[in-house]
Amino acid sequence: MSFKKILLVFVVVFASLFASAQQMTSSSTSVEMADGLYQSGKIYIVVIVIAIVFSGIVLYLIRLDKKISKLEKESTN
Amino acid sequence: MKLSWWKILSILLIFYTLFAGFLFKVPALPILHETIRNLYFHVTMWFSMIIILFVSLWHSIKYLSNFKMEHDIVANQAANVGMLFGFIGVTTGAIWAKYTWGAWWVNDAKLNGAAITLLFYLAYQILRGALDEEQKRARIAAIYNIFSYVMLIVFLMVLPRMTDSLHPGNGGNPGFGGYDLDNTMKLVFYPAIIGWTLLGVWMMQLGVRYQKLLRKKWNN
Repeated sequence: MSFKKILLVFVVVFASLFASAQQMTSSSTSVEMADGLYQSGKIYIVVIVIAIVFSGIVLYLIRLDKKISKLEKESTN
Repeated sequence: MKLSWWKILSILLIFYTLFAGFLFKVPALPILHETIRNLYFHVTMWFSMIIILFVSLWHSIKYLSNFKMEHDIVANQAANVGMLFGFIGVTTGAIWAKYTWGAWWVNDAKLNGAAITLLFYLAYQILRGALDEEQKRARIAAIYNIFSYVMLIVFLMVLPRMTDSLHPGNGGNPGFGGYDLDNTMKLVFYPAIIGWTLLGVWMMQLGVRYQKLLRKKWNN
């Protein structure tokens, strides 16, 4: 799978999640939830921050994977 | 570089967990409030740990049946990743407990069982470090690893269910399965388990490849 394809899948997944999240309405129960946070829309900021953190971890793993692959190639030659 | 399909799947599933885990609707419950979302992050750590440690157990048994060093390397690296997930599970659990039960740690069968399980696996690593001869280390470590997994089942799954426990899913206390009547939480929870487990396998695989390179270097 090429990088562009993966990126496309991400965009589609994120867009669909965003759309489904828009349809959610706050609950009418008396239990206190972070309804205000969701209504103001700022929960997305937290989600984006976490996504960036995880992206960094994934990039690190991919780079490490690449380096090890290179070493493996060198050691077989 | 071509990334294996399961590595891509792992990344996608975890990104899905991060988005859906925060944005999807969850049941409104007293005491828990929004912390119920920890189900996607804290509980999945333990599920992944149990699966990865099973991989470790499997390779220990394989090692004892054919004495190939490859299996010993996999068993060791899987135990490493499993322990990492376990420590993350304990830490996140302590934070969750502080804001729902009111204390970082309570004298509970599930919590103490988790701590004892981690000590068993810590001892596994110490045991490995104490033995120099490769074949001997692999054999003793494999036998100990089988014993550790049996203890994991006893301390994490059997004993907490036999006594009273604050922890959901134990001692007559319903797990979250009883709460998510609308099944929306399962929609995130199960993919999250698969995602985190695959990430753990990826980390394990990197460790295994590194160890194999190291072995090759020393044998030449």
